[in-house]
Amino acid sequence: MASAHSSSSEPKPAILAEVNPVDIPRAAMVDNNRSFNWITEKICGIIEEKTPTWWWVLFIIACCTASFTLFGLVYLVSTGVGVWGLANPVNWGWAIVNFVFWIGIGHAGTLISAILCLLRQKWRTSINRAAEAMTIFAVVCAGLFPVFHVGRVWLAWFLFPLPNANAIWPNFRSALLWDVFAVSTYGTVSVLFWYVGLLPDLATIRDRCTSKVKQVLYGFFALGWRGSNRHWRNYEMCYLLLAGLSTPLVLSVHTIVSFDFAISLVPGWHTTIFPPYFVAGAIFSGFGMVLTLMLPLRAVYRLEDLITQYHIDCMTKIVLATGTMVGYAYGMEFFIAAYGANDFEIFAFVNRAFGNYAWAYWIMISCNVISPQFFWFKSIRENTTLVWIISIFVNVGMWFERFVITVTSLSRDFVPSSWGYYSPTVVDIFTYLGTFGLFSVLFLLFIRFLPLMAMAEIKAVTPQADPHHH
Amino acid sequence: MAKKYGLIAKFDTPADIMHAAEKVRDAGYKQWDVITPFPIHGMDPAMGLKRSIVPRFTIVGGTLGFTTGMSMIWFTNAYDYKILIGGKPLFSPMFAFPVSYELTILFSAFASIAGMFIMNKLPMHYHPMLKHKEVAASSDDKFFLYIETADPQYSEESTRSLLESLNPVEIDELDD
Repeated sequence: MASAHSSSSEPKPAILAEVNPVDIPRAAMVDNNRSFNWITEKICGIIEEKTPTWWWVLFIIACCTASFTLFGLVYLVSTGVGVWGLANPVNWGWAIVNFVFWIGIGHAGTLISAILCLLRQKWRTSINRAAEAMTIFAVVCAGLFPVFHVGRVWLAWFLFPLPNANAIWPNFRSALLWDVFAVSTYGTVSVLFWYVGLLPDLATIRDRCTSKVKQVLYGFFALGWRGSNRHWRNYEMCYLLLAGLSTPLVLSVHTIVSFDFAISLVPGWHTTIFPPYFVAGAIFSGFGMVLTLMLPLRAVYRLEDLITQYHIDCMTKIVLATGTMVGYAYGMEFFIAAYGANDFEIFAFVNRAFGNYAWAYWIMISCNVISPQFFWFKSIRENTTLVWIISIFVNVGMWFERFVITVTSLSRDFVPSSWGYYSPTVVDIFTYLGTFGLFSVLFLLFIRFLPLMAMAEIKAVTPQADPHHH
Repeated sequence: MAKKYGLIAKFDTPADIMHAAEKVRDAGYKQWDVITPFPIHGMDPAMGLKRSIVPRFTIVGGTLGFTTGMSMIWFTNAYDYKILIGGKPLFSPMFAFPVSYELTILFSAFASIAGMFIMNKLPMHYHPMLKHKEVAASSDDKFFLYIETADPQYSEESTRSLLESLNPVEIDELDD
């Protein structure tokens, strides 16, 4: 950390007077020059106000939707995995599609909190808290599918290297086991990172609480944080380290998820392009979901001064960039298949675009490659309704991407006699729909009880937080 | 009558608190602290604090995580119950790498947070600052500096006059 007081006393380099550089205005992170107190009141006000009616309405709807997953899983456990539409040759149906979809959603949260922190992108401060919450809840939803896909869910602990009655250990050559470690590490580190970020804000709420119960609860979780600079010193270092650790983590998690496919021998899966292509797709879908969640919140809670047009611009541009990368990967897969001159590989890709699942392929292409291209235009980036609609397309498209990858390759594998057409059952559909309910329940609880934005971090990026501001 | 913990001064802006901290540092005090609602850039040198040693915990955690991963995989798959699959070697750092990599990160993250908690002596649910009447302002938009009575240089008159010379908004006593 450069010593700020010494830099102010040093004379400016003489060259600056000669070339007289143009002062490039930086976009403000908080519009209308709001004070520290305004930020505290705004964010804490959301938690302290009376629970709004819309919150209860949404919460009840979300609970009802979440019950679909509950019933679906109870039925699955009591009957068997056959209630999902899995049948030879497609034994990885919606379960793995939904798993990859939800894990991918989570990645934007970590990207915003970790990678943008390392890159000193100050605009992350007003969206990182909610995006990290989204990450954690998305990992919860994702984790359900593989855990229940194992069939005898009460034996799912066999996945971990724990001594069991068979005296046999898991096979560490399997990418599926790598996934267990990657996803559980990801979930754990995301929670830790989120909690460390919450500490100062929990202390703020604790100090403002009027009710004893809240004081004790928020106080307990705030761990006695008091904003001491001797603490901030270690805290900031710890936060930076966690950002530095989460960055390779987030890249590795989706890489390992892609290994589930890439280290198999199935045509269409066995490609080296998968890791970067999956990571780009994950960030793309995650930012789609961040926009889907944040734009309504911004409108409901009048947060326009904190999530400014500049923030939306930044997010849409990332969606545009990663969407274009994903489009490039779709094209490159065809090139690799053609150039590799492997009949099975070529067939797999022609079948994707023109075979029995062509409808899914073209939904994927139009949502993922075409829809983000609208973000080239400033007028569209400034129209929040359109941005929100496009973000929905991104979410839909990325679900279809995982569907296309999983199902087209499996349903048309090496031996034509085993070919089949996979369709989900009603249990599949409702279990999946229910996870949106589960996600919403968790997210609604989050916005009701925890500070939606990182107050301390937002205050620190305002101009008046700079000790040299006049 | 509550025991006195120290003298506390209140400031309105980050610039004021930083200049105040520089002067208290130069006066040679050791047992004092600055309370701010957010980390102020440049406050560490202004207080004369050195770089945090949390990274040392991280490197220990990371090394431990990586060796745990590698040795666990060797022990489980190549030693305790040999699993021979497709004639592949019983152990290779290649297939053991992804899991060891994840454990490196997991252990490092735990170690960093543990390091931060240990260095900060958290959780600490009791501290005189938390009882101060303006604690809500200290985590909102005001900046405080206190000097403890436990400081060897502390004396009622000289410390108070030092704090007064810093142009604070207000000086108050901090009860233990």
